[in-house]
Amino acid sequence: MSAASLPRMRTTWIVVGAFVALVIVLAVGLRLNPSEVPSPLIGKPAPQFELPVLQDPHKSFSGKEMLGKVWLLNVWASWCVSCRDEHPVLVEYAKDRGVPIYGLDYKDKRADALQWLRDFGDPYRLSVSDADGRVGINFGVYGVPETYLIDKRGIIRYKRIGPVSSELMERKILPMMRELERE
Amino acid sequence: MSRLLVLLAMLLVSAVAWAKEAPPAAADPAIEARMLALASQLRCLVCQNESLAASNADLAADLREEIREMMRQGKSDKQIVAFLVARYGDFVLYKPPLMASTVLLWFGPLLLLLAGGYALFRRIRRRSGAPGPELSAAERARAARLLESPGDPETP
Repeated sequence: MSAASLPRMRTTWIVVGAFVALVIVLAVGLRLNPSEVPSPLIGKPAPQFELPVLQDPHKSFSGKEMLGKVWLLNVWASWCVSCRDEHPVLVEYAKDRGVPIYGLDYKDKRADALQWLRDFGDPYRLSVSDADGRVGINFGVYGVPETYLIDKRGIIRYKRIGPVSSELMERKILPMMRELERE
Repeated sequence: MSRLLVLLAMLLVSAVAWAKEAPPAAADPAIEARMLALASQLRCLVCQNESLAASNADLAADLREEIREMMRQGKSDKQIVAFLVARYGDFVLYKPPLMASTVLLWFGPLLLLLAGGYALFRRIRRRSGAPGPELSAAERARAARLLESPGDPETP
């Protein structure tokens, strides 16, 4: 190797290194899911709400009633296609494992929502109707279904955008709930 | 005559076609204009490549209504943006705020430009000013001899 080719070798390696770095950055970027926006509400108190109960609109339900409990708030709607994927999972965990799931029926018609629960089963301890979607906006909902894990102090600890799977339940949500129960 | 009738009929039909003007989108055009100006700087979360002003998504329509309402209540643009950021995060802003996690985003291009400029500068300087490889003492002596006796080329 002659002395003159040494700097050229170095330049080549720098270029190759930069290229590899670029490929790695782009590959990571491709794997990120841009539709999953981290919620600024995590670690913050869940927005206050008081809404009519779906099954009995004369009654109302407020999030405050859940203080002291660890619970899941699941945002769903009868028009939501991926809610159908997630629904059997919710039914299973609510019935077999006793997971406390409360429903926020988002921008839905009451009759449609009730029919939907009759058709596919009702995993919710209770559902409330957010007919105009204002409570949904306060929760930062932008893609139904969404699921919020709320702790005893009423603070949102975790948010899932999109359907909940059994795997997510086992790996993330149930362990977190057990942990929060001890707090 | 019949042609004239056809022409008349056509004119009448066209009159019907443009007789109905689109109803104003909002009761207050000033608020509508202000809302659209603000919403065009915000991202629709459902279809992320559209602004809140341009999107047809349901949520975008709701949020536009929310913005209108807040404007009617006399809230400033800043307060409205803060309302949305509190719910959806900085992601709704097309122009991200300057903070620790976005420093690279804001100054990355400048950094790259400076690095590229520096590399170019060094390269050019090396090329123009750089002498060849260092001469050994013997070569120096030989060069000096050559320079001293221009008319007498040395033969190897």
